[in-house]
Amino acid sequence: MKATVNGHLRDLPEELTIGALLELLGSERNGIAVARNDRVVRRAEYDRQRVRDGDRLEIIEAVAGG
Amino acid sequence: MTGDRLRIGAHEFGSRLILGTGKYPSPEVMRDAHAASGTAMVTVAIRRINLDNADGKTLLDYIDRERYTILPNTAGCYNAKEAVLTAQLARELLETDLIKLEVIGDTETLHPDTRETLVAAEQLIGEGFTVLPYIGDDPIACRQLEELGCAAVMPLAAPIGSGLGVCNPYSIRIIKERAGVPVIVDAGVGTASDAAIAMELGVDALLMNTGIARARDPVLMADAMKHAVIAGREAHLAGRMEKRLYAAASSPLHDLISTSGSEALRFSGTDRPAPGVPKG
Repeated sequence: MKATVNGHLRDLPEELTIGALLELLGSERNGIAVARNDRVVRRAEYDRQRVRDGDRLEIIEAVAGG
Repeated sequence: MTGDRLRIGAHEFGSRLILGTGKYPSPEVMRDAHAASGTAMVTVAIRRINLDNADGKTLLDYIDRERYTILPNTAGCYNAKEAVLTAQLARELLETDLIKLEVIGDTETLHPDTRETLVAAEQLIGEGFTVLPYIGDDPIACRQLEELGCAAVMPLAAPIGSGLGVCNPYSIRIIKERAGVPVIVDAGVGTASDAAIAMELGVDALLMNTGIARARDPVLMADAMKHAVIAGREAHLAGRMEKRLYAAASSPLHDLISTSGSEALRFSGTDRPAPGVPKG
């Protein structure tokens, strides 16, 4: 399965939940938010929603800015 | 001055100075500058996480959320769609309805794209956000944003990061006179006198980043900005004297001592004593 994560196309295992993806990427669950195909994935959905082939995922954090 | 609080939508703040978190020499200096400024609200940007370095301290580790309200921004967005998604992600991340809406029109001026800002504002307001839009010093655009339901309007004083001060005080005054929501001057304040001038125009608050972060001593400048904002605010509330072309002595012009030949030099201006006031 291929999905675009933060602009980069990645080969990912099948049946991957958003939560498992974060773990695979070494990302904390706190301090981030996720959008899948331009829609926010609520934190409570991380272990329920699965990544699908062709998905575009954005994983964001707060950074310094004005 | 106690009791003079800033109200934006359902939110209330004890300071009229909002600070950014960008461009500081270090996170520690940023934290100390925030403390020195007396601010109650700080902005953050939203970006993709760095997947090659997911560990380590994050910006939020340096912001005491008991003390500061976080105002996420949509900086870096060039259209309404990007700005709306960024705002939605910020709300999920930070659990706040506040959003500083920033839709940029081009990379050199960093002036806002008014049309896209209006489109994004309408959608975000419909979704329950408290929207604070960055906008040009344009009274009509500000009015339109207010009519859509924005909780404040944030006209620029000068281009972002320029430090040029209030370039068009007349427009800022007009915006303030006509606005029914708080006016927050955003961008362009370079030093304390700029901040005082903006506040003297009657605006409700200032948002600044580079003016403090890029000062030689950001913590000292943050302290200066705190005093400037308070001074400008109090001067505005106090109501300045009218300007006049000629001098007006503050000391009495009567009962002056005299030496030989000095009489002819006196009372040549507009402040001649009224008839009957004894000379000399």
